[in-house]
Amino acid sequence: MVSAAGGGRVLADQDVCVGAGQCARVAPGVFDQADDGLVVLLVRDVPAGEVDAVLDAVDRCPSGAVRLGAPAGGPY
Amino acid sequence: MTTTDPGAATAQPGPQDDVPDFPVPRSCPFSPPQTYAGVRERDALTRVRVHGGKHAWLVARFEDVRTALAHPGASSDARNPAFPALGAGEQQVAAELRPFIRMDPPDHTQVRRMLVGEFTLRRVQALRPEIEAVCAEQVEHLLSRPQPADLVADYANRVSTTVICRLLGVPMEDLEFFRRVTSVSGSRTATAQEVGAALQELFGLLDRLIDLKAVTPGDDLVSRLVNGPLARGEITRTSLLSQIGITLNAGHETSRNAIPLAALDLLRHPDQLDLLRADPSLWPDAVDELLRHLSVADVITLRVATQDIALSVGTIPAGDAFIALLAGANHDPAVFDEPERLDVRRAQRHHVAFGHGVHQCVGQNLGRVELEIALRTLLERVPSLRLAVPESELPMRGASAIFGLDEVPVTW
Ligand code: HEM
Ligand code: SF4
Repeated sequence: MVSAAGGGRVLADQDVCVGAGQCARVAPGVFDQADDGLVVLLVRDVPAGEVDAVLDAVDRCPSGAVRLGAPAGGPY
Repeated sequence: MTTTDPGAATAQPGPQDDVPDFPVPRSCPFSPPQTYAGVRERDALTRVRVHGGKHAWLVARFEDVRTALAHPGASSDARNPAFPALGAGEQQVAAELRPFIRMDPPDHTQVRRMLVGEFTLRRVQALRPEIEAVCAEQVEHLLSRPQPADLVADYANRVSTTVICRLLGVPMEDLEFFRRVTSVSGSRTATAQEVGAALQELFGLLDRLIDLKAVTPGDDLVSRLVNGPLARGEITRTSLLSQIGITLNAGHETSRNAIPLAALDLLRHPDQLDLLRADPSLWPDAVDELLRHLSVADVITLRVATQDIALSVGTIPAGDAFIALLAGANHDPAVFDEPERLDVRRAQRHHVAFGHGVHQCVGQNLGRVELEIALRTLLERVPSLRLAVPESELPMRGASAIFGLDEVPVTW
């Protein structure tokens, strides 16, 4: 899982996303909303300073489309 | 997580002897109905009776509301006979017209995908100057009215109808017609026939709009849908009409009701208003706090469980209806410290005023920006704004899907 030092992998599933834009609002350095409204990842791994913001986005995403995976190099 | 222990407690009427009617009116416009706290504290599901005698379970705790609304077994399909519609005709209209707010995936997903691009953060930010111009113009209209003026009819309704019509591409010359029709279709005092006639007029207007935009497209939502999905045969004309209709209604009535309530909520908390005047960067947080505090769309979240849904207070059995109380969740003291207190510095944006799960408000980015600009423009331009009647004399809407005040007499 993600550590306070960052490094976890961010996962975003466009098939599940309902385009509410919560993720891009709370963690704009990590998530963007494409013109079609769906989530786009700006980075692969959680940047060190963005851990709380990403956890917030995961908590708030209404559809469960954004998640955290193992750090890069892990099984994902 | 989606399986349920068959031995786990299913929803029991428990010690609940009577089945109260629902919805219940608010006794104070700025607080949820008084009975919600008891429902939230009770360690069992509470059963209520809705229109036509049907039963539904209430879900009132924050985590339960989120769990229930995000559950794959939470169905919004109004064609299900168990669907807990709150008013006469509501279920029939929704079952026939099938607006996507009352659809389930995958049908819902298909429609929603056609619309989400219209409401992205970027798109809404680009609309800011236009919304600012609309609010500036409408506040001058308010000031031109004899006092006391009505904050609903003379400001909020004018702002929300203008913004939604611009977004959809409704020609400005149809605006008055549109205002008249929606004031009837959203009215509590109008008869079923009057509402039916108003809806028909509205659909007539939208039908002509579709023809117009096919010939002379503009930079608006209806033009893009007509020349995109409709032209490609991805949606029928009948469905498109319903989807435009719900977007228009959902976007208009919520803002129309939220703007005056939020303005009053700030006026009755002068310390909070002072904070905003001293530091305008607090506005976005303040808007979310007002949305939480007021929770105007409290009872829009009507569902039928198509699978057992396990919650902290018991399990809603498959086949039963439930209502996820957004105001109940937003005033849950387990999540929000002193929930009755309006605190613009709360900075807890994870309220559920826009719902949760796949139906979470598609227009929320617009809703936030519209509310922010409408409030700022009003309170900055009219610093002496105040209620012209005692709070207790404000005419409250009875129990309707979107809470609001019918009239807010103000002076300055
Ligand atoms: C104060 C502002 C608003 C509030 C509190 C609000 C609240 C809500 C809520 C709670 C839902 C979820 C309903 C459910 O789960 O059954 C919803 C859905 C919806 N809202 Fe809003 N809304 C607001 C503004 C807007 C605006 C400005 C628009 C459009 C211009 C809009 C359009 C819609 C639509 C089309 C849906 C259905 C989405 C779906 O089913 O996927 N709303 N809204
Ligand atoms: S918060 Fe979730 S549903 Fe909304 S845009 Fe981001 S990924 Fe999609």
